Amino acid sequence: MVICGQEHYQQISPETFGMSFYDEDMVIALAGNPNTGKSTVFNRLTGLNQHTGNWPGKTVSHAQGKYRYKHKDFFLVDLPGTYSLLANSAEEEVARDFIYSGIPVITVVVADATCLERNLNLLLQVMEITPNVVLCVNLLDEAQRKRIKLDLSALSKILGVPVVGTNALDGAGLAALKEAVYQLALGETRTNPLRVTYGEELEKCIGLLEAYMQGMVRGKVNRRWVALRLLDGDGNTKDFLKYFFMKNGCDVSHVLEFADQMIIEQQLDRESLRDHIVYCMVNLAEEISQQALYCEKSDYNSRDRMIDSIITSKTWGIPVMLALLGIIFWITIKGANYPSQALAAAFFWVEEHLTDFFYSTGWPGWMHGLLVLGIYRTVAWVISVMLPPMAIFFPLFTLLEDLGYLPRIAFNLDNYFKKACAHGKQALTMCMGFGCNAAGVIACRIIDSPRERLIAIITNNFVPCNGRFPTLIALTGLFTAGTLGGYQSVVASLGILFTIVLGVGITLIVSKLLSTTILKGLPSSFALELPPYRKPRIGTVIVRSLYDRTLFVLARAIIVAAPAGMITWLLANIYAGEFSLLRHAADFLHPFASLLGLDGFILMAFILGLPANEIVLPILIMSYMAAGQMVELDSLQALRSLLLANGWTWLTAVCTMLFCLNHFPCGTTLLTIKKETGSAKWTLLTFLITTATGVVLCFVVAQTVGLLRLFV
Amino acid sequence: MVKLVPLHHLALGACGKVRELTAGGSNRRRMLDLGLICGTRVEALQKSPSGDPTAYEIRGAVIALRSEEAAQILIEVV
Repeated sequence: MVICGQEHYQQISPETFGMSFYDEDMVIALAGNPNTGKSTVFNRLTGLNQHTGNWPGKTVSHAQGKYRYKHKDFFLVDLPGTYSLLANSAEEEVARDFIYSGIPVITVVVADATCLERNLNLLLQVMEITPNVVLCVNLLDEAQRKRIKLDLSALSKILGVPVVGTNALDGAGLAALKEAVYQLALGETRTNPLRVTYGEELEKCIGLLEAYMQGMVRGKVNRRWVALRLLDGDGNTKDFLKYFFMKNGCDVSHVLEFADQMIIEQQLDRESLRDHIVYCMVNLAEEISQQALYCEKSDYNSRDRMIDSIITSKTWGIPVMLALLGIIFWITIKGANYPSQALAAAFFWVEEHLTDFFYSTGWPGWMHGLLVLGIYRTVAWVISVMLPPMAIFFPLFTLLEDLGYLPRIAFNLDNYFKKACAHGKQALTMCMGFGCNAAGVIACRIIDSPRERLIAIITNNFVPCNGRFPTLIALTGLFTAGTLGGYQSVVASLGILFTIVLGVGITLIVSKLLSTTILKGLPSSFALELPPYRKPRIGTVIVRSLYDRTLFVLARAIIVAAPAGMITWLLANIYAGEFSLLRHAADFLHPFASLLGLDGFILMAFILGLPANEIVLPILIMSYMAAGQMVELDSLQALRSLLLANGWTWLTAVCTMLFCLNHFPCGTTLLTIKKETGSAKWTLLTFLITTATGVVLCFVVAQTVGLLRLFV
Repeated sequence: MVKLVPLHHLALGACGKVRELTAGGSNRRRMLDLGLICGTRVEALQKSPSGDPTAYEIRGAVIALRSEEAAQILIEVV
């Protein structure tokens, strides 16, 4: 029996990890703790030359990209942010497997200069696996601001690997990083990585195991690391070793038995072995940082502490959170008003000319109807209603994210989630849901416990996404317009804020119900890092939020709006007997809808709006028009008259808003749920649970109000 | 013999040194990854508005732990 060495690593091919690159590409892995600015380093190095994907068989995403330096192509793989490689989670497993696979020529470990000591833990673990490591100490300007002095050359000497200081946000030091990687990759520099020693007793065991493997191992397999993992590893690690060697055509069961036997003979306990190994590492990291790091101010975190003592305090925590959200919505509503009207005016001007063109060139009337009144109008509506609020909301929200405020929201709300037997990080996934529920569902990956992850996925839709904001804003605006004068945008913001608080409440209740029924269980462990506050780069925030979020969401909305507009126009204009198909469908739905305080057309609009929530209101308006298309709604007042003419009351508006908040997720979100859970059952269940919530809620509200009317 | 108290009993603003972890399995590993080993200094910083979790300073980082987890960390108040 022979354990195979590095020359056989190629059998674990790049395809195993779902990536493709050319043979001559230098593969570089990027590892690091969360919140170290690792992604910024990645983005800075690769620019737009990157794409993201999933690790095969795992719901862990990875980004990969390329850069060229001195006529060499470097293929960069951004590993998930982890504190350790001891495989406590899927992320750690992926990072460990990839670094150990031998595919990356070099592993760059990105560390936070303001929190170097803890970051060294991961570095030491990586250095145990491979000697080809470059340490990138990022966020140097933050460290400088906190008056933390770092001696990078001393650090490099102690660690025995190249150390480069960077400040990825403004690109400082990245040229040096590329040079260090280049030199090491081409063998122009050599490393002599510091080795963690584990004391006499354990070192003896490691020695014995290494010697045992000696006769059977070919090539340069890292025996010391394998020996350590055989001693301290849990089932998962052993499975990895077995799988790894099996894949290379070897059987390691003998070595595993030998290790198990040794543990019994030496009367060792795996748990305390693990403790001991971590203890040695953490102590070494502390020693190193004492030698290479000096704080001029012992209270360098005092400013962050002071901010935290206000915005997470008992008195101010929740009010500040609500106020911040309220202000964001107010700015969004107020700011979007004018550009929305201007856009709508521009689009209708174009439409008039389009119509003239169609008639003057003699196109058939139905072509004009389908293309201009169906597709063009719906798309125009979606853009003019959605683009301005998104272009304001996303940058503001990204700003909060960049400041480091979102983890504080999770911190403030965690107790409620604990009581609902859910995970505190669910609050973070809900924040992502504000932008887009599909993104929120993907964000649920940060929750390790499968049970709590499912709860977060199922309930994410109770947070109104950007596609639903315009509907909610329009409806709150409608029934407060005229009566409140200048305070209308304030009232509209409060309305949205109330809807969100209601959504959070429903999320908690449904989470609790799920935890006591089909997803029974106790809350899992919870450790949340509250990263230091960081000064956001306004330029980066705007570019990123417009490019990555606004345009992405808008493009998707347009793609679904066009065919949906066409179908709606057809349904509204194809007649069966006296009425259009749409009218027949609405009449059929009407008895049920009126129980919920809605009408048949509203329910039909939600059903036709399944591809995207953005188009619900446009479809509804189109359906109400006798001619079968949207009128020129130049003002909110016109919309109000249209709705009133169709029998709307304030109760209809309230029930429509409730149903908007609580109904089936849009098509994209459903597909994402299917992908993330890998199960049609949970997707269907999400569909049913969210819709049932809306039906019950609307029914209760409509019937209660109905009863009250009888008595009053 | 020093008196050991569970971490969630540490008063805000007070410091302690970790003496023992009573957690097992993956919880224990996670705590070790945060650098919570025997002798690590921990300071209680801030409670969440509803009283739980609590934020602690651990090796330069601010980490929030629920009382259930903090109860599994025994410290010596210093």
